[in-house]
Amino acid sequence: MCRAFRPNVWLTADGAMGACRMDDDRLTGAGRPIRSGRDIGRDGISSSDRPAIRATSFIPLLLPLLASCSGVQSALDPAGREASDVAKLFFVMLIGGVVIWAGVVGLLFHAARKRRPYSERRAGQLILWGGAVFPTVILAALLSYAVWLMPNIRPWFGEDVGLRRVEVTGEQFWWRVRYIEEGGAVAFETANEVRVPIGERVVFLLNSPDVIHSFWIPVLGGKMDMIPGRENRLTLEAEKPGTYRGVCAEFCGASHALMAFTVHAMEPEAYEAWVAARRNAPGGQDQEGLALFLRHGCGACHAISGTEARGTIGPDLTAFGERGSVGAGVLPNGKEHVARFIRDPGQVKPEARMPHFSMLEEAEIDRIATYLKGLR
Amino acid sequence: MKSFIPREVETLWTLFTAPTVWALHFVVCYATVAVFCAKGLSSEISFDTVRIGLGVVTVLALAMIVLSAWLAWRQWGFGSDDPPHDEATRNARTLFQGFATLLLSGLSFVAVLYMAIPMIFIAECQS
Repeated sequence: MCRAFRPNVWLTADGAMGACRMDDDRLTGAGRPIRSGRDIGRDGISSSDRPAIRATSFIPLLLPLLASCSGVQSALDPAGREASDVAKLFFVMLIGGVVIWAGVVGLLFHAARKRRPYSERRAGQLILWGGAVFPTVILAALLSYAVWLMPNIRPWFGEDVGLRRVEVTGEQFWWRVRYIEEGGAVAFETANEVRVPIGERVVFLLNSPDVIHSFWIPVLGGKMDMIPGRENRLTLEAEKPGTYRGVCAEFCGASHALMAFTVHAMEPEAYEAWVAARRNAPGGQDQEGLALFLRHGCGACHAISGTEARGTIGPDLTAFGERGSVGAGVLPNGKEHVARFIRDPGQVKPEARMPHFSMLEEAEIDRIATYLKGLR
Repeated sequence: MKSFIPREVETLWTLFTAPTVWALHFVVCYATVAVFCAKGLSSEISFDTVRIGLGVVTVLALAMIVLSAWLAWRQWGFGSDDPPHDEATRNARTLFQGFATLLLSGLSFVAVLYMAIPMIFIAECQS
């Protein structure tokens, strides 16, 4: 019966299909069920008869999975100071866990192969030192390391210390982003896109008008909740320029998983140039598209700076053509996707507040989509 | 010391002395820091003063737990007899209680230590 699952191991020394070893007691180690290849060779079976495939041959197949550790939304591929410490903490804990796991499995094998049991006194000592003292010391060390690292992961700089401030509001299901001037006034608003200069700490003022959301840019740092009725502060510092992805990390409704934003970490000069450009956005040259946009009432909810559209219910659409996506990370930013969203937002994004506009003529929807895509 | 510590302890109260000390230490630490930060007392008293004060509380708590462990060890006969102490006799009951108290004291000692570790590293109050 037991021959059925490990044929090679259970052959007896003379090669006959003998009785299988009934004294297989892996806990007392009375038998020696776990054998090396050398033992098998000694038993009269040449090792070339063994299957050539080893478990280790499959390891290269797992390597592509490592690629999923990098990317625009990976906490293990940090681009910011806080995220580096989060990744460091993760790897220290991982290595600590692996070492403990290897030790426990090693003990298991030791127990399985040991011929003579320990005396009761030695077993008691092993339990006391290996089972109580050792984990206590290791846990104390890991805990100390984690709390020692905590001020780095979530640095605190007091209320007004002249750091650049960006107010981010979590809405169902998009992000309102306001850049705050030194005096505290709103310089300009945008949506579903956060831009930060590299090498400089930025304070995010986080809040929500509806339900609890959570603001998370994995490559820049840990997440923080956005709670109705209070303002949370999160300080992040980007170090590597690039385009990353942020997400909502607290379930907030039907389209919670469709609520992402683009993060641009920019060189300081490029950032300043962008801020200056955004301060005096002209509103686009396409007067016909704008007229159509206003005629169908889009301006009641959306604002485009430099135009009469000043709605604040939905996302600000100034410079929409530069955005990384349509519908807060749902679709790539292309004209056909904009048109599809206008036609029926609920179909792309369940429970989105925007009503459908499928009653408009196709040509008009396309024209508005072209206008929006052209906004810089 | 012998004058005020009874020779024979035969009551359940000793069993949860150590966990009670841990719970009190926990509440005192959390409440002190919370009140200190919420009331904005950092302008009058430095955080290090609070840290040292709670350090003293921690040392006192550990001392009480060690005392409780010593009493338990004595009740257990200083390890003269091995567990599980499951005979239906008064002696086995006493030894069982002593051993259980000793284990709980060890657990509480570690819990108080772990509770104290973050207090070393807390930087300051955040509003």
